[in-house]
Amino acid sequence: MKKYISYFRMWLVMGLQYRAAAFGGVITQFFWGFMEIIAMHAFHESNPASYPMTMEATCSYIWFQQAFIAMLSARLFDGQILESVRSGNIAYELCRPVHIYDLWFSRSTASRLSGAGLRCIPILIVAVFLPKSYRLSAPAGPVQFAFFLLTLVLAVLVSVSYIMLIYISGLYTISADGFRRLCSSMMDFLTGGYIPLPFFPAKIRQVLELLPFASMQNVPLRIYSGDLAGTAMYRAIGLQLFWLAAMVAAGRVLCRNAERKLMVQGG
Amino acid sequence: MIAMENVCKSYRIAKRNAGFLEACKALFHREYEEIEALKNISFTIRDGEMVGYIGPNGAGKSSTIKILSGILTPDRGKVTIDGRVLWDMDASASGPGSLFGRNRYRRIDHVRQIGVVFGQRSQLWWDVPVIDSYQLLKDIYSIPESLYRKNLDELTESLALSELLLTPTRQLSLGQRMRCEIAASLLHSPGILFLDEPTIGLDAVSKLAVRDFVKKLNREHGTTVILTTHDMQDIEALASRILLIGRGRILMDGTLEDIRRGGATMDETLAQLYKSYEIT
Repeated sequence: MKKYISYFRMWLVMGLQYRAAAFGGVITQFFWGFMEIIAMHAFHESNPASYPMTMEATCSYIWFQQAFIAMLSARLFDGQILESVRSGNIAYELCRPVHIYDLWFSRSTASRLSGAGLRCIPILIVAVFLPKSYRLSAPAGPVQFAFFLLTLVLAVLVSVSYIMLIYISGLYTISADGFRRLCSSMMDFLTGGYIPLPFFPAKIRQVLELLPFASMQNVPLRIYSGDLAGTAMYRAIGLQLFWLAAMVAAGRVLCRNAERKLMVQGG
Repeated sequence: MIAMENVCKSYRIAKRNAGFLEACKALFHREYEEIEALKNISFTIRDGEMVGYIGPNGAGKSSTIKILSGILTPDRGKVTIDGRVLWDMDASASGPGSLFGRNRYRRIDHVRQIGVVFGQRSQLWWDVPVIDSYQLLKDIYSIPESLYRKNLDELTESLALSELLLTPTRQLSLGQRMRCEIAASLLHSPGILFLDEPTIGLDAVSKLAVRDFVKKLNREHGTTVILTTHDMQDIEALASRILLIGRGRILMDGTLEDIRRGGATMDETLAQLYKSYEIT
């Protein structure tokens, strides 16, 4: 276990050194969030009655989404992992007493946390001090806040376990690029990355909420503002745990199987 | 002791002719060709030996090293290291249980005993100082603090690393990096060291430093060294035994004296040897 913690620490420290990327990220995410909120305001004004979330909850949702984008986004892949498979540098990792799955898992989690750690604070601070109808409001209550933190941790783990499946597909197909692109566009849509899941038509929403994608950003961000509470919340947490367990188990089996078939080509 | 018995490995290579039409055809139907990279390779290497494993490009050197280091699964044959079975493809090991990775655990036990240097790849993490990579390796191999200190001090001295340890890997020259790579593969005191073209691209000074170090390592720690290289001076300086592989077969197992011809340079000797076995 210690080796994976050290590995985690190493990638965390490594991620924290990329200051310029973080600065660029903060600016982009801030403007993106602002634009999204303005668009949401326009929807809200056209027909307040059919608006499925409160405007406050929508703003909090968007600000957290932007602040934690590096942690929760389906788009962010560790290019180096896929590159190490393609180039064969994975050979060295196979020469060490480590499980590839656990190694990549700790590494992906670390790089997500360091990415978000650098970006989230400035965004959240600014978001709190914005005018009322744009700002990040206080959590619905201390209990909701505690559940928000818990489900946020689970959401990161679910996202990583999903992304792991894409990395592992690289072990089977040489270049996982096509699959990766397909998955990332699909995920952005299905996780509620473009519009929060409550805005989808009821029938589609019911299906989407069962998929692993809903366990990623949708759950914690809606619990924060109290939009998701009571039985629905417990059910969502149960689903998070289920998807985490299922995807980790699938990933491990596929990864072990791939390791045996792996061919490190060239001299 | 390392023992390989009748190890075979073939690769499936996708082939097609050049051109747009051919590429379109390959979308629907692919033709594969089986290339036998290793055909019944058998040899044993005793503890503390320094073996030069030579042969022309594509002869099967790297495949052998990869099988020995546990990262490539052979098709047939058996490999044992110090009496422990690493691969036994003739037994029922490839049954359904293997899906859940019985071989995997074997790999992890195995790799603790070996050190590997691939001259054309890097095992140090690119963006951090070398010492950070070493610290991580210490945790990965669970090296006890006292052993780590002792090995690090010794390697730092004999490979002249003290100036380099605090530098990020990306800023090292190739020669400096190779010294750091070799040290990285030895921190956990492995009994067997695989060197896959360790001097490729190095200048004369660095080459000599690497050779001297490997000799010293073998003398003082009795480490078994298996070296693949195209540099005949490496072989001359290091290998007490030579295995020649060509077209997937072991063609010769002997010493440098067996192949040396009076007066000819090592490269000429080797070229002659390759020609005589018709493996060029």
